[in-house]
Amino acid sequence: MKPSEGYPQKPSPSLKKGMTFALLIALVWLSAWETEVDINELIDGIPEMGKFIAKMFPPDWDYIGVVIKPMVETVQMAILGTTFGAIVAFPISFLAASNVTRMWLLRTPARLILNLTRTIPDLLFAALFAAVFGYGPLAGTLALSFFSFGILSKWAYEAIETIDNGPMEAMTAVGANKLQWIHFGVIPQVMAQFIGFAMYMFEINIRAAAILGIVGAGGIGIYLNRTLGMFRYDQTFIIILFTLVIVLAIDTVSSRIRGKLI
Amino acid sequence: MTKPFYTRWKMWLVLASVIVVYAWAFSGIPFTGIKQTAWQIIQAIFKGLFHPDWDYVYLAEGEDLLRGLGETLAIALLGTSISVILTIPFALWASRNLVRTRLFSGASTFTLSLIRTFPDIIMAIIFIKAVGPGAFAGVLTIGINSIGMLGKLNSEAIEDLDMGPSEALKACGANRLQTIWYAIVPQAIPSYLSFALFRLEINVRSAAILGAVGAGGIGTPLIFAMEGRTWSRVGIILLGIIVLVTLIDWISGMLRRRLVQGRS
Amino acid sequence: MIEFRKVSKVYPGGTVGLNNIDLKIEPGEFVVIVGLSGAGKSTLLRSINRLHEITSGEIFISGKSITSAEGRQLRVMRRGIGMIFQSFNLVKRSTVLRNVLAGRVGYRSTFRTLLGLFPKHDMDLAFGALKRVNMLEKAYQRADQLSGGQQQRVSIARALAQEATIILADEPVASLDPLTTRQVMDDLQRINREMGITTVVNLHYIDLAREYATRIIGVRAGEIVFDGTAAEATDDVFSAIYGRPVSEAERLGGKTDEAI
Repeated sequence: MKPSEGYPQKPSPSLKKGMTFALLIALVWLSAWETEVDINELIDGIPEMGKFIAKMFPPDWDYIGVVIKPMVETVQMAILGTTFGAIVAFPISFLAASNVTRMWLLRTPARLILNLTRTIPDLLFAALFAAVFGYGPLAGTLALSFFSFGILSKWAYEAIETIDNGPMEAMTAVGANKLQWIHFGVIPQVMAQFIGFAMYMFEINIRAAAILGIVGAGGIGIYLNRTLGMFRYDQTFIIILFTLVIVLAIDTVSSRIRGKLI
Repeated sequence: MTKPFYTRWKMWLVLASVIVVYAWAFSGIPFTGIKQTAWQIIQAIFKGLFHPDWDYVYLAEGEDLLRGLGETLAIALLGTSISVILTIPFALWASRNLVRTRLFSGASTFTLSLIRTFPDIIMAIIFIKAVGPGAFAGVLTIGINSIGMLGKLNSEAIEDLDMGPSEALKACGANRLQTIWYAIVPQAIPSYLSFALFRLEINVRSAAILGAVGAGGIGTPLIFAMEGRTWSRVGIILLGIIVLVTLIDWISGMLRRRLVQGRS
Repeated sequence: MIEFRKVSKVYPGGTVGLNNIDLKIEPGEFVVIVGLSGAGKSTLLRSINRLHEITSGEIFISGKSITSAEGRQLRVMRRGIGMIFQSFNLVKRSTVLRNVLAGRVGYRSTFRTLLGLFPKHDMDLAFGALKRVNMLEKAYQRADQLSGGQQQRVSIARALAQEATIILADEPVASLDPLTTRQVMDDLQRINREMGITTVVNLHYIDLAREYATRIIGVRAGEIVFDGTAAEATDDVFSAIYGRPVSEAERLGGKTDEAI
């Protein structure tokens, strides 16, 4: 468009946008260089992957009998881990919510603890607890408890901070003490949400619990490591399939219950 | 009009089943027989955490904390970038308001939930078989594994979009692709970017542990240090991970807030 | 010319949307369709460009059946029909110009439009259309920065950029205040008169209908119960269309000369 035609001119693209784009490209390129990404390697490797998958067939169906017990253990770990995490997370979340805890001195440490917990990946907790308490489901349960605590407390305090002020003001007006105030003014508003969060956390934990065994923290993951080590990929396949079925089943049931709650 | 008998009966049933579930869950986990050495190890770990091996931060010959964290971040960034691009067709196909046949969007939704439930560690093991141990396997794992969640979130966001502009484009004689490009894409971009950042936060954590099975990043030296019980090294790596994750969370959170504000 | 031949529409639930409609609209007419909400006026309007499908009968645009058109053929027919919506239906995050250029996509290849490579002819048409609705200086602003009235004028510009010979407007002023309502209706009228574009508008204000229409069509329960000039459409006629006395909510109020 020539300006002589009397049409407004297109504003030139802003420098900021261009810089952001350039930075993004540079970051991705740098990452590719750092990780030595090589598409040829992938293409060359596909036959290897194919061999790996081919060795899974025919699957060793009898192996299901062996892995039922660790699969049960996986689910038990997820249930307890979620529960312990939730029991600690929800009270702490009240301390971290700015509309409940006005005292800076109480709120900041609470937030620090839960932010710190949230930075540590589940498998790392599992490796730590396995080192302390020995290999087994106890380490896994504890790992999931801490992992759940970090995530649940964040969801919970964010939910508390968005609630309606009215009932809380009403409780202040009737002269309630702090605990009564929380019990009648806050909890009724967030209870359903909290249960929903815990259910959703349980779904995440089932997935997490299935792999914690990689570092020795109980559940089906130990058998995953074992079959891989012995090159019994026909058994590995059974474990992967079984895990997927259980995870999908629990996901479906849990989201249906959550849908009913809300 | 409440049905007291029915409600009470139902409440007891729920309560009873909850108790049964918990009794069953507790029966599976042995809370006894904790190792005698547990307390000593806890002390050792805390000592290591408070006296980290600062020398490990930078080593001239390589294989140090900074390089390990750099590789972890690179895996997360590149993996997220790949998944963000691969997600687009899945997200569009899974959106019920764009796809006419339910079967098609259903197939896409199913694929997405399958990917989503597939544990990343198992995927990493498969990719290591293909490209050997190292960061590349980590990139591939994160690139593919993130599609599940991103595809689901984006397709849900598209289903919530205002369909008015699409109707207008249709009325202008636009074909399907033109309608998506002119009416759906501009509306979907802020949430698309926001989800990508959110997933990056998760992927940094994920990349930090994929090394446990040999898929590159800081996880490999961490597992070695744990097996060798060199707790001061575990301490410094743990600190490194906490700093990296906090930093990425903070930057990503800031960018996401800007995206939300830019929307109004 | 738009022609309905024995057009009926029955919704899946069994509700009758349109019942055996026969209608001819000549080129250059300014037709206002009135009726209660749910009477079928929106269905009638949207069946013209097949945003709503009909269940029987046939609709012809300039002698060609849109009912039997498919794929490319249908899109070519649609691009000749502009449409204005109650909620404007602009892409809020895109610039005004891009929204207007969207009216051209039906004329260009998919590849070209995805890259945003519009020929000079299209740019001229888009700018010309914006000039006609007095929105030229807003060309590079984002649509969400405009007021409701301005947004509706941009959507009129989009229809003009389509080089449409017919403009359909579905309650174009229902979300606007009285002053901007008149501006938008004036724009539509001017375009109808100056460019000879056939205009079909759904309205619920009876005084606006009388003021702007060359022909008023009353719809009730999916049937045409009145078809005549504005002068013929007295309050009694409206009462018959609505099935009850006209209420004040159905008048916009004010006079033409009060508007700018």
